[in-house]
Amino acid sequence: MTSLPDTSGAGQKKLGLVIDLDVCVGCHACAVSCKEWNTGGYSAPLSDERPYGDEPMGAWLNRVHSYQADDGGRTQTVHFPRSCLHCEEPACVTVCPTGASYKRVEDGIVLVNPETCIGCKLCSWACPYGAREYDYDHGVMKKCTLCVDRIYNDNLAPEDQVPACVRACPTSARHFGDLGDPQSDVSKLVAEREGYDLLPEMGYKPVNKYLPPRKRRDDRLEADASRVEEPLAGDGSALERLFAWADAKLSG
Amino acid sequence: MQDGARGEPRVETSELTWDEVKTTTCYMCACRCGIKVYLKDGTVRYIEGNRDHPVNKGVLCGKGSAGIMQHYSPARLTKPLVRVGERGAGEYREVEWEEALDLATDWLGQVRRSDPRKLAFFTGRDQSQALTGFWAQKFGTPNYAAHGGFCSVNMAAAGLYSIGGSFWEFGEADWDRTEYFMLFGVAEDHASNPIKIGLGKLKQRGAKIVSINPVQTGYSAIADEWIGLRPGTDGLFVAALIHELLRLQKVDLDYLVRYTNAPWLVIRAPGTADDGLFARSDDGKPLVWDKAAGAPALAGLPDAAPQLSGEVTLPDGRKAVPVFELMAERFLHGQYAPDEVAERVGFPADSIRRIARELAEAAFEREITLNIPWTDCNGVRHEKMTGRPVSMHAMRGISAHSNGFHTCRMLHVLQMILGSIDCPGGFRFKPPFPKALPPPIKPYGKPGEIVPGEPMPGPPLGFPTGPEDLLVDEDGTPRRIDKAYSWEAPVAAHGMMHMVINNAAAGDPYPVDVLFMYMANMSWNSSMNVPGTIDALTRKDPETGEYVIPKIIYSDAYFSEMVPYADLILPDTTYLERWDCISLLDRPISEADGVADAIRQPVVEPDRDVRPFQDVVIDLGARLGLPGFVDEAGAPAYPGGYSDYIVNHERAPGVGSLAGWRGEDGTSYGKGAPNQGQLDAYIENGCHWIHHLPDNHRFYRHANREYLEWAQSVGFVGSTEQIVFQIYSEPLQKFRLAARGFGDVLPPEQHKKRVDAFFDPLPFWYAPFEEAMVPGDSFPMHALTQRPMAMYHSWGSQNAWLRQIHGYNSLYINTVRAAEHGISDGDWVWVTSHHGRLKAEARLMDGVNPDTVWTWNAIGKRSRAWNLDADAPEARKGFLLNHVISDLLPDHGGYRYSNSDPVTGQAAWYDLRVRIERAKEEEFGETVPALAPLNPPEGLPQTPDVSRFGTGFTTPEGRR
Repeated sequence: MTSLPDTSGAGQKKLGLVIDLDVCVGCHACAVSCKEWNTGGYSAPLSDERPYGDEPMGAWLNRVHSYQADDGGRTQTVHFPRSCLHCEEPACVTVCPTGASYKRVEDGIVLVNPETCIGCKLCSWACPYGAREYDYDHGVMKKCTLCVDRIYNDNLAPEDQVPACVRACPTSARHFGDLGDPQSDVSKLVAEREGYDLLPEMGYKPVNKYLPPRKRRDDRLEADASRVEEPLAGDGSALERLFAWADAKLSG
Repeated sequence: MQDGARGEPRVETSELTWDEVKTTTCYMCACRCGIKVYLKDGTVRYIEGNRDHPVNKGVLCGKGSAGIMQHYSPARLTKPLVRVGERGAGEYREVEWEEALDLATDWLGQVRRSDPRKLAFFTGRDQSQALTGFWAQKFGTPNYAAHGGFCSVNMAAAGLYSIGGSFWEFGEADWDRTEYFMLFGVAEDHASNPIKIGLGKLKQRGAKIVSINPVQTGYSAIADEWIGLRPGTDGLFVAALIHELLRLQKVDLDYLVRYTNAPWLVIRAPGTADDGLFARSDDGKPLVWDKAAGAPALAGLPDAAPQLSGEVTLPDGRKAVPVFELMAERFLHGQYAPDEVAERVGFPADSIRRIARELAEAAFEREITLNIPWTDCNGVRHEKMTGRPVSMHAMRGISAHSNGFHTCRMLHVLQMILGSIDCPGGFRFKPPFPKALPPPIKPYGKPGEIVPGEPMPGPPLGFPTGPEDLLVDEDGTPRRIDKAYSWEAPVAAHGMMHMVINNAAAGDPYPVDVLFMYMANMSWNSSMNVPGTIDALTRKDPETGEYVIPKIIYSDAYFSEMVPYADLILPDTTYLERWDCISLLDRPISEADGVADAIRQPVVEPDRDVRPFQDVVIDLGARLGLPGFVDEAGAPAYPGGYSDYIVNHERAPGVGSLAGWRGEDGTSYGKGAPNQGQLDAYIENGCHWIHHLPDNHRFYRHANREYLEWAQSVGFVGSTEQIVFQIYSEPLQKFRLAARGFGDVLPPEQHKKRVDAFFDPLPFWYAPFEEAMVPGDSFPMHALTQRPMAMYHSWGSQNAWLRQIHGYNSLYINTVRAAEHGISDGDWVWVTSHHGRLKAEARLMDGVNPDTVWTWNAIGKRSRAWNLDADAPEARKGFLLNHVISDLLPDHGGYRYSNSDPVTGQAAWYDLRVRIERAKEEEFGETVPALAPLNPPEGLPQTPDVSRFGTGFTTPEGRR
């Protein structure tokens, strides 16, 4: 069993993602760019079994799931990107028999050390979010690293020192920052949009937050539409009234 | 390297896993985003979006991010091939390029010397149409087009004949200002990243997004309101919105008078040759009726107060009425009342009325004013730019119906009456649009224009404005193999690639000798009636034993389904191995605020014996001695290949493939002498060029004198005259008059009724042809495809990553309908159309129009194509809806028309009608039809059991 560092102190950095379900169109840009970066980065390789055969299956650190939900009698399609939430109290770490899974003190990122991972998969059983990916070919567990080899990488321009998924997302549905700092942009976004934890009842205190779909705007617009008045009643057909109106308007 | 605290492992967090970064342009779909390719030791490490690029501004979609797997695909062809077995058998002989090019030159040379029309040159998803069209013209054949005829020509033509620009990728919403955005029939195709970026902005600002689409996926999922309209009824819905806005008198009269032909007078003289044409002055200028003067006046004068309704008598005694009156009569007719259309479109009348009010509210109660002075075409200075913040975008769901042209025209009319085209907050043109209405280019290929051994005097594609521009023989027989620009599809501005193979095999209107295609998977997902197309490709003349299409040359980078049906296969490179230009002469990548073009540069060297198709075309042009491809001495004009051509070819003096860094010293743009340092300048600038427009050029460009003067100076428009939006289209009326017996070029009897009916100068709605012709009780459902966001066309299936997202496709059925048919999720179903039958796995969903079934486009593959294993799910479980889509409509009066729009010839993919029934349980598990497996060329690699791509970019230390 692996013990967690004490990361409860004030000012503790908690790097994570804020994912906006209001704007995610389910395009998989985040998932593929993640795979692309990480198969050649810290998690290399993210192996693919039967890449050109039946049931191709590889390790992905980020996947997008699509659901249908009933939103007050109205059908709603929800696209839900899923990756490691870098919990403050991650069961995947405490369950690890070798210490390969660990939570970094300095920024709270949860990593797996491939050198000491024995591929026992206890962590994937422990994780209620299904965020861990076993690489069958490599024989070790893989997971989101928050692109630890990008976010501190001085070889990249400062604006590119973000996780690959955030860098790629076409709708700006993904945000990266320090959720331990209440003044950070991501923390403010969470506060403003009532971002929420996944499965808070489990008690693992996920760092990543999800922003719920905004209230659909038809109601407001419906009220606004009442500002559009019916035309004045008049003689004749709608056509004749239109011409009379146009005539008056252009003459005036 | 960071030291781990508390005994944490040390993690290398700043490792350099690349040694070089090069910019180029993506080609994983048609969007053409700027990319940065990270390389290590010449291997592609990572591809990301280029932040400076006008298209994608740094973002990149799932397809673009999977470019590595496309580039290293095991389906890449490796060497030129000559077929040795029967067509389709997959027996090839590898040949050297010299032999391949000699053979092609021999075949093509014989055709050119005898009858150039016997070459049909069609180039699919070509992004070099400025080159390939020029080549066809110089070869002397009219039988040229790319894939636009089965893609988007309804949008392009409707736009170019109505507003001088179009939705498609040639315009965009004013994402930063619009308050109300309507998206019609857009899943994921052109402009995919720009639309996603824009939707993100709208969501942040709280603008309302309405998505009209039978299927609630992707963009529809995040829309504030999803309207799951019945397929093919969008025009009826839009007409009802226009009806309601006219009834509410919510019309921007000032905009209509200034910028549209609403006040123009239409001659009312039934039974004469002038009926329905514009009343014109002696020098041909359109007239309006000046109410104060009680006399006609020239249209467009600054202080005119033209009459919008009421019949007038012209000085010569003829009667005339303003366009506005005709339009109002059309749309206020009871047939377009919300109550009348509601059931048919599948959306309540009250909701239609509400949407109309919302549009009116956004347009007229939320007017935007920008303090930008500008000058209109009359020289009148305006201190402000006002805008109506309603915008629209539309694409395939409108385009792929046989009523798509008129439906798209109706959308433009809706935009016009709201006053929301190229204004702040509205739909905006991307320069070089707007252009003259339509662009002043005519198609060539008439009798006398095709001469053995000679080029045609002009390009094969253009914009007819009357029957005299058609490419028909005296008796009305089509001149082109695809019957584009004939009476069957007079405004087929992108050609009709979907008809080429079957027409050629039938010898209708004539046989061809060589079929030369590029990047078009015509024996599979790019054709309707796949079995019929394969039959056409393999059919032999029983008397001679020869194939009825004698010679087929095909170029593709990959082992697509089309490869085994070609006789000579010219292997292309991947998009990372080539020069290309994204030219203003072809399909621009501009944004509303700037004009832009771009290049591809080779970022890696090919490791196979392949050549870029464009190099090959230029080489063949030189070998054939085509004017423009050889110099005066007969030597190759572009010995350096496509990059040489891109820099040095001039279409007109000073006008070439690229607009940036022109002039010998590279200091001019638009026009200027070739600059030998031009490509270096592009590379230096991230492989693109953009000229940002000054503020006074940013809106009202159809009537903005300063913009039009600049546009003329750089060659985008021929004159600075105002581009007047055409609610009423006179060119259409000219075709209709011919159908009524007036003019010199008349349709054959059999086509008269059809031309008369569908060349209505005002847009109207009619039931899609297949729906109108097949019995509704036998085929009660609509069936269509959506393009997935993570897969484009057929290319994706060879991609080890993307095929993990879409490995096979199912048929999605509305939950309620499925229950009525006793179909459960995961059951298999038979799908039957008037043309054929297929079997697919059923998945149930709520978010789909109840009368519609749908599937993802082009996921199903033929076994072993794309070098996939024989047991790949794409072939076992995935299916093509194309199998049950007929290329021809049912017989009507002894003739079967193309399954296309009657105006533009656009393939009507989404008109398909089917019935579904649950398969027996013993039939579950595999798709039908299952065509015989293909045989990949020997040069293709064995595919690996495991891919460990990425090993080696990083060091073990970096991962610890």
